[in-house]
Amino acid sequence: MNEPTATGIGASLRRIEDHRFITGRGKYTDDIQRHGQVHAYLLRSNLAHGEIRHIDTAQAKQAPGVLAVFTGADLRADGIGDLPVGWMTTNIDGTLMFIPPHPVLAVDRVRHVGDPIAVIIAATLSQAKDAAELIEFDISDLPAVANIDRATAAGAPLVWDGAAHNTAFHWQVGNSAAVEAAFARAHHITRIDLVNNRMVANAMEPRVAIGEFDEGRGEYLLHLSSQNPHVARILLATATLKVPEHKIRVISPDVGGGFGSKAMHYAEEVIVLWSAKKIGRPVKWTSERSEAFLSDRHGRDHKTHAELALDANGKFLALRASTIANLGAYYSTFGPAIPTFYSAPLLVGTYAIPAAYCDVRGVFTNTVPVDAYRGAGRPEAAYVIERLVDQAAHEVGLDPAEIRRRNFIPPDAFPYDNPLGAQYDSGNFGVGLEKALALADYAGFEPRRAAAKARGKLRGIGMSSYIEACGAGPSKIIMAAGAGSGMFESATIRVNPSGSVVVVTGTHSHGQGHETTFAQVVSDKLGIPIHSIEIVHGDTGRSAFGLGTVGSRSLAVGGGAIIKALDKVIAKGKRIASYILEAAESDILFENGRFVVAGTDKGISFPEIAFTAHAPAKFPSDEIEPGLEETAFFDPANFTFPAGLHICELEVDPQTGATEVLAYTVVDDFGNVINPMIVEGQVHGGTVQGIGQALLENCVYDPDTAQLLSGSFMDYCMPRADNLPNFLVDYIVTPSPHNPLGVKGCGEAGAIAAPPAVMNAMMNALRPAGVTELSMPATPLKVWQALRAAHA
Amino acid sequence: MKPAAFDYHRADNLQHACELLSSSGDDSKILAGGQTLIAMMNFRLARPKVLIDVSNIADGNQVLDEDGGIRIRATTVQRFVENSESVQQRFPLLCHAIEHVAHFQIRNKGTIGGNLVNADPASELPAMSLAFDAEFDIISVAGRRTVSASEFFVTYYTTVVAPNEVLSSIRFAEPPKNSGWGFHEVARRAGDYALAGSSAIVTLDAAGKCTRARIALFGVAATPVRATAAEDVLIGEAYSEDLLKASARSVQSILDPESDVHVTADYRRSVAEVLTVRALNDAFRRAKAVQ
Ligand SMILES: Cc1cc2nc3c(=O)[nH]c(=O)nc-3n(C[C@H](O)[C@H](O)[C@H](O)COP(=O)(O)OP(=O)(O)OC[C@H]3O[C@@H](n4cnc5c(N)ncnc54)[C@H](O)[C@@H]3O)c2cc1C
Repeated sequence: MNEPTATGIGASLRRIEDHRFITGRGKYTDDIQRHGQVHAYLLRSNLAHGEIRHIDTAQAKQAPGVLAVFTGADLRADGIGDLPVGWMTTNIDGTLMFIPPHPVLAVDRVRHVGDPIAVIIAATLSQAKDAAELIEFDISDLPAVANIDRATAAGAPLVWDGAAHNTAFHWQVGNSAAVEAAFARAHHITRIDLVNNRMVANAMEPRVAIGEFDEGRGEYLLHLSSQNPHVARILLATATLKVPEHKIRVISPDVGGGFGSKAMHYAEEVIVLWSAKKIGRPVKWTSERSEAFLSDRHGRDHKTHAELALDANGKFLALRASTIANLGAYYSTFGPAIPTFYSAPLLVGTYAIPAAYCDVRGVFTNTVPVDAYRGAGRPEAAYVIERLVDQAAHEVGLDPAEIRRRNFIPPDAFPYDNPLGAQYDSGNFGVGLEKALALADYAGFEPRRAAAKARGKLRGIGMSSYIEACGAGPSKIIMAAGAGSGMFESATIRVNPSGSVVVVTGTHSHGQGHETTFAQVVSDKLGIPIHSIEIVHGDTGRSAFGLGTVGSRSLAVGGGAIIKALDKVIAKGKRIASYILEAAESDILFENGRFVVAGTDKGISFPEIAFTAHAPAKFPSDEIEPGLEETAFFDPANFTFPAGLHICELEVDPQTGATEVLAYTVVDDFGNVINPMIVEGQVHGGTVQGIGQALLENCVYDPDTAQLLSGSFMDYCMPRADNLPNFLVDYIVTPSPHNPLGVKGCGEAGAIAAPPAVMNAMMNALRPAGVTELSMPATPLKVWQALRAAHA
Repeated sequence: MKPAAFDYHRADNLQHACELLSSSGDDSKILAGGQTLIAMMNFRLARPKVLIDVSNIADGNQVLDEDGGIRIRATTVQRFVENSESVQQRFPLLCHAIEHVAHFQIRNKGTIGGNLVNADPASELPAMSLAFDAEFDIISVAGRRTVSASEFFVTYYTTVVAPNEVLSSIRFAEPPKNSGWGFHEVARRAGDYALAGSSAIVTLDAAGKCTRARIALFGVAATPVRATAAEDVLIGEAYSEDLLKASARSVQSILDPESDVHVTADYRRSVAEVLTVRALNDAFRRAKAVQ
């Protein structure tokens, strides 16, 4: 690598894209107006479960401005396919999971509040909305199941007739015989029951889709607020719209956040394309916030019972866990993968636990489908192991830091095969722990607790040691586990004759700052100024292929492809330079942006080679092709495993149950860091979301009617800056051996680590008052109730 | 647009608004800051046929000093009141309460009158009208009437203001000298509607005995609640922890809160008592400080 420069690897360069974002010049999908565009509005079910007896659209069709009204029957008659599930989970008995249909518009039944029933297309959105009120429908109310407890109760109503007990699948991982043997000789067993509360992603920009059809060329164009344009295209081509893939182009311009919820294939994408062809006009659909609550994929929603076996020295012998995951009414694209493959293998966390076993039961409920949400499975795993370990520490009388120290996987054990099938790449958990403890002044906590007590407050400190898997993915591994496709990445480096460089990636940036980070990598490698580099993403018409930005994969996998393509560019540059410099190719080095002859001062700059490549007079163009453009694909050998330690310090008002987070310390190991400022921003954002899950956010359905009760920002409490203290963020670095940059991924870590850190701090504050259990979100009500129960 | 279709009139003044109301029929509504009404219309939970906009009338923002009190024009935006020097000096509790109403961006649009007519029981301002013995000046084409705060609030989101009437101004009475105030609420986040809240004003004589008290709670019943029984406990008494507890204890029995997605009725009742103790504590401390 070159020496770090102001724009190279390691520089806290300000985000290049921010100028357009903060001056209001970003171009989001809703900012795009296509010629002749009309508007779609979706009529959605207001019942959680019902049989569609009759839909009469005649009056709506006559309403002012209305061009068309379509129902599920129309789509079906035209051969539109169901929304697919992209992950197949195998049951314990070897059979495949139950797979229900998922029509784009509901056909016979509605299965959750928000399930779309009909689409109204009109000249204006208001006309479409007004017309929607004229649709007459008769939907008989069927009993609904709103949550895991109701879905798994004896005699519960069924979401799908074919899925007995509402079970979608029952999956397992690990060695149960080894676990049983270890539990049999345990000195102590700690048990815990946990709920991972349901989340709504709430990206700042709601989803938007504009579909159009070029009658002359037979081509579809979809502008889509998506994290994953290629995946949308492939699923449109093969599953729903069923037209050749090359006849569809998906463009995702600036995207205002996703947190996972914009990675899936949604009904609206099919509807706008299909109806655009039907009516011969571009069709735009823009989600409103209330609609987003009812249709964006939700996250988390697990219940877990877990047990940890310890020996007399507080060493962990074995872990077993049993999870029930709420999948919603239908499978979302990656739904079955999240509680299984992306969660369970990380249940042993950062600890050397010799034996582990977990079973996961997926259940259907009459709720919005559940899928990936920042962290996607790993937060659920981290929450289980980290609360379990804290509970164990309390029960055996060890300090939470000490029990972790005793059980960490030692730094010389990497690569480390954990008992649930994950191979950790690198790490040094003990060093991260000590660094975090020092930063948080852990040793000096007790006087702070005492001072708080004098003020009538209960003060607590808690930590979590997380590990997670990023960089999806190693195609072989994920396809063996059930993925419907691989997860490599592509990059094209196009060098213009004047020496500027266009980098086309198949990943996507929807807030992560890739236009800066990726450019820094290229600037560093090629030794060219940052302003001569342009990062292009989010267009299936421009990038070779890609699997978007999910699971903190962009730099680990997309960056790997960029490095590979850059290596090809440099290799070709050397061949050309060898002619110009009249030296053997093997004597040419590329250093600080110049091709030089080793041991001489002879050299030529990168822009000169770029020009020469396009003026093929000085080298034999029959041997070396003119031009300078290279594409590479990168499929990593394995996942990367970021890890770290969070420490939260807070105070509880015992009389009102209100909690204030007072200090927050983070020490992460993300491998190499390209732009520390951007990484810190990601850590802040993730941590805020994690604290939000622990203290504020909760997606609540009425248990009887399965109506969404927290359907607006008045009732769904997003965290705000004024709920939070400053964060102290630091790093240790153990580079990942699984990609050329040695990076691990940083986008989700905060959301993974924070919930257990906050809840462990809550328990630390409340245990002295007699509280023995507390679930997320730890709202004033729950804290107050827990304290009352403890005093009763 | 998100709301259902409606007609729109801009009133020149409040008298004009009354005329427009009477000529537009029962499905017409006053539009003030729009911070509640427009949201309801966007959700299509409110569907007025006609909107009569009073947000642009001349001198819409008006805080008048009067003898023994202050008169605030209904159309005055909350932020204007909060920034008024006179209110800051004479009604620090009112300023403090307004700071708990939503966020400053919303207070720049939302009006005092809109907030009071909206009569959200979790809102801070209806309770303030009880704490300050407010009088509501209500007008219509038929004339003018004055209603006291104790009569103004009927139930959830309902006041005595009839569909053809306009709230014109509100007069807040200034508490006697030697008074102190306290205000405490619990909300999920700063700026959210209160889960429960309590405010207090106590007036002390030279011996430190309480001669007058106001305790007004919010978020704990269908309307804001003035806890006169709790006030009575204080009269003639000097500060003691037990006194405050005894006063606050009597609050619980008069409250009739609801459970919702955030908290239970029990929580509201119990926390209302806690917050009343805290509000009284602050009020006694401040009253002593001005003595
Ligand atoms: C995010 C958010 C958070 C909020 N948090 C709080 C909070 O914590 N505490 C709180 O108290 N409030 C809160 N509010 C509400 C805010 O204070 C509103 O401004 C207020 O409730 C309504 O005032 P407005 O001027 O906007 O009235 P509008 O929304 O215009 O009108 C409200 C109602 O009053 C009627 N009306 C208005 N003026 C008159 C009049 N002069 N005569 C007769 N009828 C009239 C209207 O017809 C309508 O029915 C919040 C609002 C938002 C958007």
